[in-house]
Amino acid sequence: MSCLVCTITILAAASVAWAVLLLPPSIAVFVIISRVSLLHPIQWISECVSLLTSATAIFSFILLCGVVLIVGFLNLEYYTVIPSIACSKIALLGQLLHPRQFVSSLVHCILGVIVAWCCAVTIGGRYQTLGYPCTQADGSPQLCLNEYQVILLLAGAFVGYCHSVLGVIHNMNYVSFHTVQQYKYLRFKGSLPLVVKCSAIQALYSVRNYLVVYFFLGYVPRTWICKTLNLQLNRLVCSLHPLDTIAGLLDFSLLYHLWISGTFLLFTWYITLLLFRIFVTEVYSFPVQSSFTEDVHQCLPKVLTGQQPAILKFLALHDLALLSQHSPSRRSEVFSLSQPGGHPHNWNAISQECLSLLADLTQRLVAHHDTVATNGRAKSLSTGSDKKSLSSESSGTILLSSQGTEDVMTPRPSVLIKTPASVFLRSSVGSPLTVPFTPDLDSPFSSPALRRLAGPVEQCSPWHGTVQSPHIMRRGPKLWSTSTGERGLQNKTEHVIPIVDPCAIWVKNFLAKRVLIMYLLNKLPEASSQALFADTQSHIWALEGLSYLVKASFSEDQFGVVQTTLPSILSSMLVLQEAVDRHFKLPHASSKPVRSTSSMEDSSYKTLRFALRATLKTAIYRITTTFGEHLNAVQMSAEHQKRLQQFLEYKE
Amino acid sequence: MCSLALFPPPLPCGQATLCETNNELLSRSASEDCLKQESSPLSLYFPRESLKPHSRTESSSKAAFLDHCETLWMRSAAAWRDAGLTGLLNEIANSSAEVPKWLSVSSGCVLALLQRISSFHGSLFPHLTLSSEDMIAEFSQVLKWSDCAVRAFAWHPHTDKFAVALLDDSIKIYNPKSATAPTLKHRLQRSVAAVQWKPLCASALAVACQNCLLVWHVDPCSLSTRPSSGCAQVLSHPGHSPVTSIAWSPSGSFLVSASPMDTNMMVWDVAAESCVPLQRVGGGGVTFLSWSPDGSHVLASTPAALFRVWETRMWTCERWPCLKGRCQSGCWSPDGSRLLFTVQGETVIYALTFTDTPGIPSNTKGPKAAAVVADLSETTFNTPGGDIVVGGEIQSLAWDPRGERLAVLLKGDPQARDRPAMIAVFKTRTSPIFELLPCGFVQGEPGTEPRLMQFHPNFQHGALLTVCWSNGRITHVPFYFLSAGMARHGLGGSPPQPRPEERPADYINQTLYTELTT
Repeated sequence: MSCLVCTITILAAASVAWAVLLLPPSIAVFVIISRVSLLHPIQWISECVSLLTSATAIFSFILLCGVVLIVGFLNLEYYTVIPSIACSKIALLGQLLHPRQFVSSLVHCILGVIVAWCCAVTIGGRYQTLGYPCTQADGSPQLCLNEYQVILLLAGAFVGYCHSVLGVIHNMNYVSFHTVQQYKYLRFKGSLPLVVKCSAIQALYSVRNYLVVYFFLGYVPRTWICKTLNLQLNRLVCSLHPLDTIAGLLDFSLLYHLWISGTFLLFTWYITLLLFRIFVTEVYSFPVQSSFTEDVHQCLPKVLTGQQPAILKFLALHDLALLSQHSPSRRSEVFSLSQPGGHPHNWNAISQECLSLLADLTQRLVAHHDTVATNGRAKSLSTGSDKKSLSSESSGTILLSSQGTEDVMTPRPSVLIKTPASVFLRSSVGSPLTVPFTPDLDSPFSSPALRRLAGPVEQCSPWHGTVQSPHIMRRGPKLWSTSTGERGLQNKTEHVIPIVDPCAIWVKNFLAKRVLIMYLLNKLPEASSQALFADTQSHIWALEGLSYLVKASFSEDQFGVVQTTLPSILSSMLVLQEAVDRHFKLPHASSKPVRSTSSMEDSSYKTLRFALRATLKTAIYRITTTFGEHLNAVQMSAEHQKRLQQFLEYKE
Repeated sequence: MCSLALFPPPLPCGQATLCETNNELLSRSASEDCLKQESSPLSLYFPRESLKPHSRTESSSKAAFLDHCETLWMRSAAAWRDAGLTGLLNEIANSSAEVPKWLSVSSGCVLALLQRISSFHGSLFPHLTLSSEDMIAEFSQVLKWSDCAVRAFAWHPHTDKFAVALLDDSIKIYNPKSATAPTLKHRLQRSVAAVQWKPLCASALAVACQNCLLVWHVDPCSLSTRPSSGCAQVLSHPGHSPVTSIAWSPSGSFLVSASPMDTNMMVWDVAAESCVPLQRVGGGGVTFLSWSPDGSHVLASTPAALFRVWETRMWTCERWPCLKGRCQSGCWSPDGSRLLFTVQGETVIYALTFTDTPGIPSNTKGPKAAAVVADLSETTFNTPGGDIVVGGEIQSLAWDPRGERLAVLLKGDPQARDRPAMIAVFKTRTSPIFELLPCGFVQGEPGTEPRLMQFHPNFQHGALLTVCWSNGRITHVPFYFLSAGMARHGLGGSPPQPRPEERPADYINQTLYTELTT
């Protein structure tokens, strides 16, 4: 086991080694670009060559190697194969302020300063040193602060910090597995233009923001450095324009050097990240079975079923999906029987693990659906009575406020968790009963539809037409409009929750009125759906692996080991299919993936649910087309038989 | 090696091929044909006159409608949006009265420079100078694509339904089991070059359009005749247009698309709408794709005298330079071990054999050279109606899913009356040695020529060739035979056998898919 974990570390080390090897060419390119002077080409080239062979260049190369090593270590430490998706702004803020993240940001800041110092030394000229000798007004020689180097160093810190913050926002630490297998070199070559483009663009934006910040707050670090290093600020002599004026900042050469340095910094880091992703996600071939007992724990069935880091489990499932597709010899090992005893241990372990993964997802989906459904009902009861009592505005507020609270307690939407806090929130919301519990009632856009659907129900609801509590009268910010007109403001809280703490309600109402808090609590669209399917890549591989193995078993399975599990495989797929269909019918689940922009951010987790839906259907079809009419002989419930018949007739 | 001289002579004028049974092609007179064909549900007729092609192009009609009193800024912005940098420069150069002289002169210079560069680029790759419609016509598998009523045709891989793309940019889906024939129309669905159904799926249909790829999801149970454009996924990538060829992987997981303008071949993950570009610069683009039925290889031909065979495990490729011209068409044997292809400017069919077993990740090289398996040079036949010259260049190839019949669409010569386009059908045998035997010519009504052909993917009694004719008619020609591979396919029992004594005329009254019972 530890051996396998070592493998990941070795892969990461290899990626860092490659990143270090790529440093000299990138430094050379940086030097050439930073010293560009088209009017004196020969001087330009000769200067570059002499600089690259100088001691400072070698010293900065060693420094940069250290930076790349630390960045590589951070990549290894922070990477994840299951993205953590923040369902609301406040959750995102929580992630940003997490101590772990704080450490990462700090380290990135420091690394940024180091890289910027290397850049400053390499560019040379006015950026070369932090202090320079100058004469005061009275003629005495002194050491003055070189603001050009300060601005460059601070830019490095700022870009590093931005990189770290954007990394959290865009889930940059998420490592996705590619569906199209390519050799490492080709994949790297294909992504290189993207890396250059992304780092140039991000550096441009970061430098723009940095200049604004420096314009207003630049004096703080400057005076601090002056004080600690006992340097003088010589504005009169050193430069024509001080650097915190607009004219001083609009120095074209300064802007160019800032941008180039930012690009260089981001480029080296992104290259390290890219290489890390490529190396870690490369297909790792696990042996299916081993005749040596000491290697047994490295075999595919053991890795799949054991308690492993997520990356190993993912690699094993990926390998399973590939071997089931491409490799007849390894498939035959899966179908083989154990030597003494004649049990299909390999197949049993693999199929059980895949089936339990599928069952887990099904359960999660059903739980989510139930929560939303009960929620909708509860909401329709209260909002149904809106038809007479509640104004559209305030119902909007209720929905909003109720959505906001959910994430605070359950970032991972799976089961209802009744915490004291949630009870408090529930009572304080003072509207639908179950709303605060529901992790996933996210979209405000769903509510009108639900309300309309549940229109007739509310007529016979027991809470229809009861006394209203006067203290819930409120008026919230109108964030979206519904079609209902102005009506009186009434609510049924007291009947839903008899004991209401007026103070809590007041607090809640107070919060609900504050736009900023509403903004923070408001759910991000689609986030709950994304979070629900965050680790679905494993289910996709499980489906592919199972379906290809079952398909191959039609001709390759000599002992009929697959036949015994075929009914459970089919039924678990059909149950999952039903659950997925129901999920996509929920009003907030969009039916089409959003177009991903080309950046270093790996947004493939946003489309995993669509991939799962397609893979699931294909997997069932793969089995039905292979077995055809023989499936009628498989023992299954009548409902599943009927469903399967639909697939056999190509009507799904 | 098989040549056309061994073929039975073409039918006399007025006769049309009906089917193959007992090892011979049967025919009947065309007048009879016309009457009977109407009754068959799947023999469709799209008269050329009923379909109006879209003649609108954004730039041609623009001058008639656009208000020319706009300011220079507005016009420049519009030109930038519509036609990019060249449009902007053109606009500035043309409105010399409103801009300073130096600006109009310099933009004129830049424009001239750009044109020089592009003409130089065009001289390297002549196909880049074609308009996108001409390019599709040039590289399409359809003979004379631009004035063809049926522009693309696709059988569903598992059921008896098919999609037909028509001249008016609509797509119709026909299913013998349902009364509704949905019509698919989309704003972006223009100049359809190819359609293909997704394998292992009942509903997804990929369409190669002028500017993008569309993937329609047509619910087979829906009764709607006009699915909304919301049912279509739009897949586009900058620079990847016009799309001339698409191919689904047989496992249904990927879609590859090709454009002669783009050196990238795109591998799409359709569900996620993401793509992986696979770039190889040589050749200047990709024109035709064909995925081997076992999923292990993809043929990708380029506009230059070069084609590639991609291996789909790790996506590496073999380069195959051709001597004479570009690879025009190709098809794979059912087990994916043999590739037949034709080269533009040559009248022979080549074969390549791939012996590496799938599953062994290796760079195992295939064969070193392609072998000529059939010679289709021009041959004169004496018929009662006069001499007919058959042969010449090949437009497309189609191999039936069992690997027993190979249909070859010969271009013919449109100018000469006695050199018609023709479909030659070979019997093929793969063991003990690969062999092509003559079967016969498939002909339609007098005055029509075949434009497009495809084999039905799972016809029970042999092979079924669907042909789209120049008059807008779609007919199906069955080839009844028993094959050695049949025992493998028909696990449910012995294969049903058509009655040998059945008269040709009797076939027509039956739908093609009911089993012929005695």
